[in-house]
Amino acid sequence: MTPASNSQHKYAVELDDVKKSFDGTEFILKGIDLKVPKGSLTAIIGFSGTGKSVMLKHMLGLYRPTSGNVSILGTNLNTLDDDALTAFRCNYGVLFQSAALFDDMTVLENVCFPLEEHRRQLSKEQVIKIAMEKLKMVGLDPKHNHKLPSQISGGMQKRTGLARALALDPEILIYDEPTTGLDPILTEMVDNLILETHQARPGTTSIMVSHDLKAAFRIADYIVMLDAGKVLLSGKAEDFNKSDNELVRKFVDKGLKH
Amino acid sequence: MIEDNTQNSAPKSLVQNIAGKIDAFFGMIIGSIQEFILEIGSITLFGFQSIRLLFAKPYRYGEVLKHMEFIGNQSVGIIALTSVFTGLALSFQVYLGFKLVNAVDLVGPTVALGISRELGPVLTGLIVAARAGGAMAARLGTMRVNEQMDALDVMGVNTKQYLIAPRIIAAVVCMPMLTALFDFMAMFGSWFLCTKLVGLDHAVFMSKIRDTVEVHHINEGLLKSAIFGLMFAVVCTYKGFNTSGGAKGVGEATNRGVVMSMVSIIIIDYFLMNFIRIYYLITGVSR
Repeated sequence: MTPASNSQHKYAVELDDVKKSFDGTEFILKGIDLKVPKGSLTAIIGFSGTGKSVMLKHMLGLYRPTSGNVSILGTNLNTLDDDALTAFRCNYGVLFQSAALFDDMTVLENVCFPLEEHRRQLSKEQVIKIAMEKLKMVGLDPKHNHKLPSQISGGMQKRTGLARALALDPEILIYDEPTTGLDPILTEMVDNLILETHQARPGTTSIMVSHDLKAAFRIADYIVMLDAGKVLLSGKAEDFNKSDNELVRKFVDKGLKH
Repeated sequence: MIEDNTQNSAPKSLVQNIAGKIDAFFGMIIGSIQEFILEIGSITLFGFQSIRLLFAKPYRYGEVLKHMEFIGNQSVGIIALTSVFTGLALSFQVYLGFKLVNAVDLVGPTVALGISRELGPVLTGLIVAARAGGAMAARLGTMRVNEQMDALDVMGVNTKQYLIAPRIIAAVVCMPMLTALFDFMAMFGSWFLCTKLVGLDHAVFMSKIRDTVEVHHINEGLLKSAIFGLMFAVVCTYKGFNTSGGAKGVGEATNRGVVMSMVSIIIIDYFLMNFIRIYYLITGVSR
């Protein structure tokens, strides 16, 4: 990354020589070093199978590294046991590729859910009020609040997923391939939504894993490119434009053309 | 010399080939046994981890009630229907047999003992495992492949506590109630056949049952059914929880969960029967 200083507290996410192997022989991550500054919007890009999702799951504490350290907001996840890790995850909001809404709950209930789980001191009315605010923030018409996820469009599902991710006002927002499989209009809408959400919440760190280089160039402060389980290049969009690396050139040329 | 070598190498390679195949065959059997033991270990560990969470905060009373409604309330119809016909069919077969030895008065107690100790818990277990266990595995499997479980994980919700523990406790609580219903309805079927269709005396039918069947016979069946509930809930939730591979994976998880539960119920029933018998002999509770 492009570190502003060496102070640990400048970074929301720090990966220090993270290696991961599932079978003990083949390494998916081969020593990732990464620092994501607090308050930035960072895009992680790369070809399929380069370890993006595995790295993301390390950041979320869903996987533990074979070696190396993962620190989130100054806390080394390796030092947390399962219960502490579960509690720590309240610091994240995640928008999944499929939105991952609970299909037996309405739109409003989906957004209320994290509040009911973690803000037990709030009354039912307060929970609903906050959830409605979040849904309004992501631009979802209140007339859809009582519909099931299967009754709304893909774009609305993404908005609901984002409202749910924002419910607990997390310090880190993670977007896991948010536009994969969407049409160009919906893709642009989701990209704009990510940018607007990031700008509306100063101090929140946003991390977007994507194949979409155009979007990464347009909205991200920093871009990290992975290849074969290692960071190939990290920096701003101009660093990618200037790079002489053959793989980076190939990715940039193809990515910006489409 | 050259000819001799060729002749020797042919049988050698044949022997080696057969030895290799035998080796591979036994390797496959040993591998399957190891895999089976590993899976049993994983399921047991999964069950213990989930049950431990029943006693950890936050308590999920609402979820437990929701699953009790699904496992218990929604199974009432199918249990009532199948149990009446089980009682009718069993009683008729026992009647035909006992008629040959002039012992038709014993049809009631024989059916009552068979239903309360064996058929009640086993058939209830099989029916509920197929209906509710299959639904549990499919639901959890779908949640896994649709990333809903990942969503719960990253929301800081303990998935085993939220999704698994309430289902297990609901199954353990509901199964004895459903078995009691099965026993009652099956005995109603038996009474109907004996007194209304084949002409046995109502008073004799009832008094013979009262003389033979004791409360611990019924309790024995209810205890078994709670164990069956625990078993199918743990097996089916384990299969659903560990689903991978999209819609195909959900189908496989559901299929394996249901089959494994049903086979386990029948096998475990035999061992439970013997344990209970030994317990009775040691404590002198029953003959």
